[in-house]
This record gives sequence, C-alpha cells and structure tokens, in this order.
Amino acid sequence: MDDLRRKNRRLVLQLVLGGIFMFGFGFALVPLYDVFCRITGLNGKITNTGPVALDVADISRDVRVQFIGVNNETMPWEFRPLLNTVSVNPGEMRQMAYFARNPTANRMVAQAVPSVTPSEAAQYLHKVSCFCFDQQALEANERMEMPLLFVIDKKLPANIHTITLSYTLFDITPRLSTGQIKTDDTQRSTL
Amino acid sequence: MIKRVWLLPWIGWLVSLPASAAWEVNITQGATAIAREVYDLHMIIFWICVAIGVVVFGVMLWSIIHHRKSRGAQARNFHENTAVEILWTLIPFAILIAMAIPATATLIKMYDSTDADIDIQVTGYQWKWRYQYLGQDIDFFSSLTTPREQINNEAPKGEHYLLEVDNPLVLPVGKKVRFLFTAADVIHSWWVPDLSVKKDAIPGFINESWAIPEEPGIYRGQCTELCGRDHGFMPIVVEVKSQAEFDQWLADTRSAAQAQAASATEEWTLDQLIERGEQVYNTSCAACHQANGQGIPGAFPALAGSPMVMTDMDAHIDIVLNGKAGTAMQAFGAQLNAVDLAAVITYERNAWGNDTGDSVSPQRITELQQ
Amino acid sequence: MDTTLSPTVDTNEHGHGPAKGMGRWLFTTNHKDIGTLYLWFSLLMFLTGGCMALMIRAELFQPGLQLVQPDFFNQMTTMHGLIMVFGAVMPAFVGLANWMIPIMVGAPDMALPRMNNWSFWILPFAFSLMLSTLFMEGGGPNFGWTFYAPLSTTYAPPSVTFFIFAVHMMGFSSIMGAINIIATILNLRAPGMTMMKLPLFVWTWLITAFLLIAVMPVLAGVVTMMLMDIHFGTSFFNAAGGGDPVLFQHVFWFFGHPEVYIMILPAFGIVSEIIPTFARKKLFGYASMVYATSSIALLSFLVWAHHMFTVGLPLAGELFFMYATMLIAVPTGVKVFNWVATMFHGSMTFETPMLFALAFVVLFTIGGFSGLMLAIAPADFQYHDTYFVVAHFHYVLVPGAIFSIMAGAYYWLPKWTGHMLNERLGKAHFWLSFIGVNITFFPMHFVGLAGMPRRIPDYALQFADFNAVASVGAFVFGLSQLLFVYNIISCIRGGERATDQVWEGSHGLEWTLPSPAPYHTFSTPPVIK
Repeated sequence: MDDLRRKNRRLVLQLVLGGIFMFGFGFALVPLYDVFCRITGLNGKITNTGPVALDVADISRDVRVQFIGVNNETMPWEFRPLLNTVSVNPGEMRQMAYFARNPTANRMVAQAVPSVTPSEAAQYLHKVSCFCFDQQALEANERMEMPLLFVIDKKLPANIHTITLSYTLFDITPRLSTGQIKTDDTQRSTL
Repeated sequence: MIKRVWLLPWIGWLVSLPASAAWEVNITQGATAIAREVYDLHMIIFWICVAIGVVVFGVMLWSIIHHRKSRGAQARNFHENTAVEILWTLIPFAILIAMAIPATATLIKMYDSTDADIDIQVTGYQWKWRYQYLGQDIDFFSSLTTPREQINNEAPKGEHYLLEVDNPLVLPVGKKVRFLFTAADVIHSWWVPDLSVKKDAIPGFINESWAIPEEPGIYRGQCTELCGRDHGFMPIVVEVKSQAEFDQWLADTRSAAQAQAASATEEWTLDQLIERGEQVYNTSCAACHQANGQGIPGAFPALAGSPMVMTDMDAHIDIVLNGKAGTAMQAFGAQLNAVDLAAVITYERNAWGNDTGDSVSPQRITELQQ
Repeated sequence: MDTTLSPTVDTNEHGHGPAKGMGRWLFTTNHKDIGTLYLWFSLLMFLTGGCMALMIRAELFQPGLQLVQPDFFNQMTTMHGLIMVFGAVMPAFVGLANWMIPIMVGAPDMALPRMNNWSFWILPFAFSLMLSTLFMEGGGPNFGWTFYAPLSTTYAPPSVTFFIFAVHMMGFSSIMGAINIIATILNLRAPGMTMMKLPLFVWTWLITAFLLIAVMPVLAGVVTMMLMDIHFGTSFFNAAGGGDPVLFQHVFWFFGHPEVYIMILPAFGIVSEIIPTFARKKLFGYASMVYATSSIALLSFLVWAHHMFTVGLPLAGELFFMYATMLIAVPTGVKVFNWVATMFHGSMTFETPMLFALAFVVLFTIGGFSGLMLAIAPADFQYHDTYFVVAHFHYVLVPGAIFSIMAGAYYWLPKWTGHMLNERLGKAHFWLSFIGVNITFFPMHFVGLAGMPRRIPDYALQFADFNAVASVGAFVFGLSQLLFVYNIISCIRGGERATDQVWEGSHGLEWTLPSPAPYHTFSTPPVIK
C-alpha cells in the first residue's frame, strides 16, 4: 500500500510538472512565434532593422514599393505617405516620409506598426531607420514629416515585383503618462 | 395591433414559400478562373468522399441486413488480419495524395499576386468597409443600405435584403485586381464567393489576395469573421464593369468628390443640413445611438437630451471629428466629408426634441480640419 | 478476455455504504458517486446549452430580427459553445471515466479520491460564474467560443474578466481529473491487466488524459495573457504595443485542435465497447485501434493552423498544415473500417445503445468527410467561417460525441441502477434524435456552401428555406431529449431487474459485478488470466 502511495505521488508530481511545463510552453509560444515569423515572414513582420553595409545597387532590376497609411479606429490624426509608390533598385538606400498632423486640441502620442506584403518579401526589406522604431508625439494642431530609410535586399526573389509596406497608426496616449514618452526632436519639423 | 404587425412577415413567408426557388445547395462556379478551379476541386473531393461513403456504408448496411441475430446469423471468430489492415491504411493514403496534387497546384496559383493592374486597399471597420484605389485618388466607405424597418419586420424585405450597400466596389472586367486587406479595429474577413477571395482583415497587419473578374455583373458577399454586434450587417457588393464604363465611373467619382468639396464652401440652410444630416445619421450613427437617438443604456449614450449635444457645440464637433479614445466612438473626421459632418452634427442638435436651432456650417468643419 | 473474480462483496473496513443526505454528495470520495455527479451536471449543462441553441434557431427560423437583438444573439452563440464544450461533453466523459475506469481495470476506486471530489466541485462554481456574466452590465461574453483578440480584449464587455476566471477554474478541474485518470490506469490495474488487455474505452481515455494535461495549461496561458493585456497593460495581442492578434489564434488553436480530439477520442472508446457487445464478436483490430488513437493524438498537435487558412499564412505554412490535416484521415479511416469489420459476419441485435453507436459511425464519418473537404486549403477559402463549418463540427460533436455519450449511458445504465431501461422509450428517443439531428444539421451544409456566414443573427433571403427547416429539426432534437431525461429517471426508479451480464454479448470486468454495482467494488483486486 505504501508502495502504491509512493508510485502515485511520483506520477502525480510528474504530471503536475508536465502541466506547469505546458503552461510555460504556452507563454514560450510568444517568442517562438516571433522566431517563426522572422524565418517565414509570417504576418509581414519586419525584423531587419538598424545600420546596413552599403552595397552597389542592382540597376538591372526595378522593384515597386507601395506605401500605405492606416489609422486605427479612434486615431484622428491625418496620416499618409508623401508618395504612394516609389521604384527602387535592390541594394539602393532610399528615403521616404509619411506626413502626420494632429487635428485635435490635445497633445497625443502615436505608435506606427509596420507590416509588409507579400509576406515572403518581408525579410528582404531592410529598414535602416524608421519612425516606427519610436513613439511619435504631436502637440495640438502640430504637423510633421516622419522619415523612413530602407534598402531592398538584392537577394529578393525574382518573382516579386511589388512590395507593399503599410503602417497602422495607433493612439497610445491613454496608455502613457506624459513623462514616459520618448521622442526624437530632430525628426520633427513644424511645417 | 402590435401583435398583428408581428404576424405579417410570417404570413408573407408562408405565401412566398411555393414561389421561392432558393434551395441553392452548392458553392458558386464563380466569375474568375480561380473560382472555377476551386469549384472543380470541391466537386472532385466531394465525389471521392461520396464514393468512399458508398463503399463503407454499403458494407455496413449489408452487415446490418444480413448479419443480424434475428436472421440466425452466427458470429464468426476473426478479429484481425494484418494484410487487410495494411491495405486499408495504404489505399486512403494513396487517395489523399491524389487529392493533394491538384489542391497544391491551385493554392500556388492563388498565392501568385504579382503584376496586378489595380491595387485596392480594403479596410474593415465596425461595421462597414472602406475601399481605397491606390494612386487613383479614390477613397470611399461602403455600408449597408437595407432599412432598419425591413430588418425589424416592419416593412417587406427587398430582393437583396442585407446584401446591398450605398457604394459598391467597382472593378474593371478582365484586369488583375490586387486587394490589400487590413482593419481599423477588430478582425474582419472579406469574402466574395464569386471571386473566390476570402481573407482576414487584421488590425495592424496587411494581407493580400487577387482576382481577375471575367464577366461584368454584380457580385455579393459578407464579412465572415465575427467582428461584434453588427457582424451580420456589413455586406460586400462588387460591381464589375467594362473598361469604358469603369473609366467613366472613375471620372464621375472624382468629379463628384470635387463637387462635394465645392459644396462645402456653399451656404447651407438649417433645413437642408437637417435633411441631409438625417440620412448621414441613419447610415453612420444609428447602429449604435439608435434611430431615435436614445442609444443603448450601458453601451452607447443617448443623444436625445444629452447635455453635450444640447449645449457644448465645440465638444460635440470635437467628438464627432476625432472620436473618443477608449470607447467605440470612432473618429468620423476622416470618414465623412465636411458637408456630411456639418449636416449630421446639425441634425443631432435639432432632432428628437433637442431643438436647439443650432446650425454648424461646412466651412467651420473645413477650417477645423486645416 | 477471460476474467476470474475474487469475491467482490467487501468484507473489510470499507464495507460501509454511502453516507446519508447532502453530505454524501458534498464530501464523497467514491468514484461512483463522483461519476454520478459529473453525469448529472453535464446533463444539466447539456439542457442549458441546448436551450441557448434553441433560442439561436428560433431567431434564425426566418430572416429579420424577431426575438433577440444581435448583441444578445452573439452572447447566446458564445455561451452555447462554451457550455456544450466545457460543461456538457467534457464532464460527461469524465463522469463515464469515473464510473467505469476503476471497474474496467479492476481497481477499488480512483487513485486520488479526494482530488476527485475537488475536481468535480470546482465545476458548479465555474459555470455559475460563467452564466452569471449574462446578467452583468454590458452582457456576457459575446466574442464567440474561440474568443479571438482583439474582440475579446480591447473590445470585450467588462464581464470578460469573470469569463477568464471561469475558464481557469474549468482548466484546473480538467487537469486534476486527467491526472487522476492517468494515475488510476497506470498504477491501479488489477494483476494481469496488461496495457494491451485494457478495454478500448480505458485506452482512449488514457490518451485523452495526456492530451488534457498537454493543452489545458496552454488554454490557461492564453486566457492569462488576455487578462494581462486587459488589466496590466501588456501587449501580447495588441498590435499597438508590438503584439499580434494572430498570435492569439495560434496559441488558442494549439490548445483548440487537441481539444477537439479530447471530445472525440473517448467517444471512439465507448463505441468500440458497444459494437462488439451487440455484434457478439470481438473488436476487429484491437491493436491497430490503439495505434490509430495514439497517432490521431500526436497528429492533433501539428494541424492547428488549418483553422486559420484565411489569416494570411505563407504558402509553405498553408501547404504543411493542409498535408498534415489530410493525414489525420488515415488513422480515422482505420477506426471506421475496424468498426465495420467488427459488424461484418457478426450476430447483431439493435438495442438502444447499439442504435446510437451505429448512428455514431455513419454520422461521424459524414462529419469526417466534410472535415476532409475543409482540409483542402484552396477549397477552404470558400468554406471557412460559413455554415458548412457549423454543419461539419456539429456532425462530429452532436451525432459524434453526444450520441456516443447517450449510447454509453444507455449501455451502462442497467449496471449503475440495476434496472433495464425502457427499450421502447429508448428507441423512440433514438429515432427522434436521429431524424432531428439530420434535419437540423444537414441543411447547414447547403446554406454554408451557398454562402451563409456563421455567427450572424439575420441572413439574406436565399438562405431562408433551409434555415426554417434546420430550426424545425432543432426543436425536434431538443424536445426529444426530454424522453432521455424521463427514461433515465424511470430507470433509476425501477424497471425490470438487470442481470449481472446485462447484455447477452457483453465482456469485461464491469459485467462480472452484480447489478447494480455495489458501492465498493474490487477492494480485493480480481485476477485476470
């Protein structure tokens, strides 16, 4: 009987540990998913960021890059790309900018969330700098141009001719207390 | 009396029963090459399933009829046979491979969205769609036009009940159209069966799909991802036109937008604004605040008798234009033009006994937006 | 298998009967009492969820809004799903496991009787909490039983917090139940009861219990993430903070797909017990049944994204999940073939449990066929989130899981109560249910293919006729369940005395016990040769 009790206790312990492990595994799916997205370009998440070694552009090839600006529901800012489409040679560094204006009577903070389609192209779109890296704040009725510097990797598969880069602007003002906002003042230019 | 009104649609339904030939049982063959391919694929798998079903249920039925105790059947004593068991593992496996080959081919085609002629951004909102023709300067919302009376069984239902919108998506025939899907609030899903396009519109992310419509016509679809209260009330209507008609439509839509902008500089009388505002209110506001302005207690505030609507005009304009963070109140500044905004605010300040006599001019809205 | 019994009537200190009054049920650690509690609870939940289904079908009887408003309709679809999955099907299987597994393996009770008591008594609290949300301000959960973010986080009614706690409680209950079942099967088998001699019901439950321990914590994880997003400012599923709403779907379906098999594997077990009994012939391919069940369980971890074919997975992902999903048809097919082969050249009779089991085989297979169609990704774009899907999963869950539970109840009721059931009532219940189920769910294939999305309170006119038919069927099915309730109660109250073997063709340890089974059984383990 004691033998059985010991056996039961050991089994229960193992199963409980298994349960706890799987609870942890559920949370581990979050970073695992990010890794998975990076490998497959799932969801068009862009992870290639930061400085890049400059290379000779491949002028034999033109890639059309489309820009989209989306306002999430209660976001009242005016938000749009300065150009809808640019033609880029792979390997060439290009600058683009989005226009934003805060039409309200209050200071507001925004976060832009980037996404790329087709998702296979996401890993070849390299962003050197982007306004989406930081939160962006605008005073009442202030406007600015938010720059973006990017390179298309020369390894971009030959069957991809068009890449669409979308930014969705979220209002994160309610989630922040004013002190925590970090913005880069050099990016701002009051028009 | 109320009871009798409630009975009307029931009687109507009974009367219409013999007349309605709506026993549609299969998916559409569609209006694109891909949709037809999907239809063929669907039929192949269906018939394979039917064939397997006939064999399996046939054997079962035969046993039920012949191997029953009441017929004096004696149970035999076999209970395994390795050869048979391996066989009926391998045969289904082979059938599955035969199914997977055409399915893979079709899927690869569906994923090839390169070299599109037109790009259209489709954004899902609670509970309407927005279509933006990229680089074409065309941008409009598309909402349900079925009157509330039809939904509440107070009026007979029209032919396209729940499948009709104010501004349909217009496409040229024979051109490759690439759709870029995203959403502004929750996840929606854009489905038009005849184009065989169903893709989720996810807030913050972008998805794509494409279609080459082959025949001019009107194709209808619906949102297919539960997106809240009015999920069942955000249909999609696609109008496919010949190239010439499409070009004409582009030109008309652009000049209508210009006329709209011009009308914002005109003088509008209070009555004109109220009349127009009522229409705007019913398509854009009534779903939440209700046609009678009473809202829904606990969820959406009443506008009738609301202190803000009755007095504070600046706050009223601000909330309509910019929305209210943390609530379902959207920013309509980007969704409606200046005239519609002025009209709807004016209407709200004068309807349902609010009677303030206030009038908001389109010019005032235009100034605020610059 | 041949079994020789030591005396089953207790002579040791456990020989006392059940305690008197409410205390018996509150504090019981007896596996038969707890099994009974689980079964009554699940019946109550089945009727509750069923009333919600009838409300849905009444609203959908004809186009237009008649009875309920859209928001309440969404609460009904959500609650119906949650209650049927977590309140009716799962507790019913746990109840059957509690009653039958110790008896089938020759154990005196479950391995952990006190934990058994807790895992049941959590459930009434969990479901009271869940149902109470319907009366809270803003209403109950209205985001579907799959509660996709951000509809269930940023846009949810305030009651979502209580919904999350209720899910946590159910999760604890299920995991404790699963641990108990595994411990009983692995540690308490009678001497000579080797693994490959276990009845198939025990085998399928063993595998199910491992699935539960593997995925219920993931469900707990995903609702915890929701809770943190809602109340603690994290951004697991909020794109604005760097999260991803699609991640929610991946984590949810990583739980959700194995969950589907949690609701069907024990059903396979029950049917594999019943068919041999009434065919008077040994189950065909016992070993391949065990292997097929195990491979279905393993494959269930590799197919979750077939619920997400339209979220924009890359082509490679789409193909992988399509192939993996199609592969599940192979072991499932093996099981169906084995059942048919068991009937083949048997000597069949058609008592109520057998009728339900036969209907299970046919209708579950039809649900399997539509499942195979749904696995084909390009075609799934036309089926996804339409009534075709609703038809599919109701075919595998209602005439699948629910019919198997009813078959099991009718099959073992004489052993539980000591009385034979009213066969004529049972057959009436069967035929009404069988006809009702098909009238309800078969037309849903048609409206789905014709283009009707699921989870809508009102629909276009071309779907009207089939919806009216489906609603009539739903009321036939729903009302015929009253016969089931009546039959159970009258079987408990009295009826023809059941013999120990009950059914002519029955084999296994449970049929060597007296009917009704004594309060304590196998205190001295039987010896299995």
